[in-house]
Amino acid sequence: MARELWRKAAIVGIAQSGFSKNIGRSERSLAVEVVRNALAEAGLAPEDVDGLVRFDLENTTEAEIARNLGIPNLRFFAEVGYGGGGGCATLSLAAMAVESGRAEVVVCWRARNRGSGGRPWAGTRMEVGGDQQWYIPWGLVRPVDQIAMLAARHMHEFGTTSEQFGAVAVAFRKHAQRNPHAMMRDPMTIEDHQNSRMISEPLRKFDCCLETDGALAVVVTTPERARNLKQRPVAILGAAQGMGPDHVVMANYHKERFLETPSLFAAREVYAQAGVEPRDIDCAQWYDAFTPLVILSLEEYGFCKPGEGGPFSENGRLEWPDGALPSNTSGGGLSEAYVHGFNLILEGVRQMRGTSTCQVEDAELCLVTSGGGVPTSAAILART
Amino acid sequence: MSISEAALLPPVPVPDEVSRPFWDGCRRKELLMQRCASCQRYRFHPREMCPHCRSMAAEWRPVSGRGLIFSKVVCHPPVLPAFQDRVPYAVVLVELEEDPNLRLVGNVLDVPPDRVRIGSPVHVAFQEISEEITLPQWRLA
Repeated sequence: MARELWRKAAIVGIAQSGFSKNIGRSERSLAVEVVRNALAEAGLAPEDVDGLVRFDLENTTEAEIARNLGIPNLRFFAEVGYGGGGGCATLSLAAMAVESGRAEVVVCWRARNRGSGGRPWAGTRMEVGGDQQWYIPWGLVRPVDQIAMLAARHMHEFGTTSEQFGAVAVAFRKHAQRNPHAMMRDPMTIEDHQNSRMISEPLRKFDCCLETDGALAVVVTTPERARNLKQRPVAILGAAQGMGPDHVVMANYHKERFLETPSLFAAREVYAQAGVEPRDIDCAQWYDAFTPLVILSLEEYGFCKPGEGGPFSENGRLEWPDGALPSNTSGGGLSEAYVHGFNLILEGVRQMRGTSTCQVEDAELCLVTSGGGVPTSAAILART
Repeated sequence: MSISEAALLPPVPVPDEVSRPFWDGCRRKELLMQRCASCQRYRFHPREMCPHCRSMAAEWRPVSGRGLIFSKVVCHPPVLPAFQDRVPYAVVLVELEEDPNLRLVGNVLDVPPDRVRIGSPVHVAFQEISEEITLPQWRLA
């Protein structure tokens, strides 16, 4: 079976900090703690670690992690670019490292005080060069503005509605209500969504993810090593990156197929690696910095046809337990926490361990996706 | 100029080696697009190499300045201090008539955001924001 072919790396430990708007501790302090705790959860010691993978935007370096934890030597260390697009790509690098023997125990992490640390766009420079010279000067400054440009065109071409964006937010909020670690646990209705104020028309406040302080880590190792550890291993069946042609980061407006994003290319690659199809997937953790990214992803990851992501998200299809594709079962970036999508990976692991607070019955495969509208990555995790 | 005054000025583009002809054209109130000197295909953003024939020979061609609004957003607070007095303001993507892949970000001048609609024809207008920089902007045709 194709699946067996790829069962060459496994996730054996996870850990996360609390999530809040202002956690009152440094990113580095959070980072070293979650790395330590993920190793302990796995039944491994810092002395076992020989690889680290981080986001290139991560403020804590591999050297700082190694120095804090007393890791005697790192044989493998690497960074992934493009912000939230890098989440599952850290798994891809870790998996390649352990599959090839470049390392045996690799920790991937993300620590980010985005709640208390301010909005990156607020620090936009007075002079903008490179790609930014083509959109910032006209006031297209915030990520929400840049993604709203895609959403508005999707609405124009396909009749997608704001209520359909709302259906995404409402589904994920329902899941967050069962997750004691989620930041937003009050009930939300479509009407609440429609009454939330405009941020970048057509997108409203409840189309936007949370602003979170928090950190998470996962431990990746070989199947052989995974067998004798504390947790039931979760197999990385596929972990892929994609960019597609003629890409501009965030302002991806200049290509022939306007609504085609890097996700389409990560999707092809991750399904090919795993040897599975969309219909085999039991649940999904979508990168949800903004609700339209989920709708675009439903199309590009093959759960519906192009243009049909809006209607697909309605009628509870994304909701646990009865929906066709329970999605973002911890609440996602919209209602659990926004830590550049890294919490989606941990929820994928919990689903495959059988320990989610919205556990999908008999779930065997979970799709996890990373940033939309940027060079991206995706993973397919499997129960063992 | 104090720091708080500086914050009220919108961010300005910094022309680089490859984009300078575009910004020089705008200063002369001419909209220029980069085209491959070998296979004659337009490209935007401007860049060093033609992604079709890999030639590094490029030329800058005047274009009509006519196009259609392809997409549109309306920005509401919170925004940068420099854009605070404009909210709510529309930002559009204009598809040029020469080639549907030439899409420019801009603002439509002198109309409220609700009069800016996807599909409306527009023509270019030039807005001088400094001695160095003139932005291409748009008016409803």
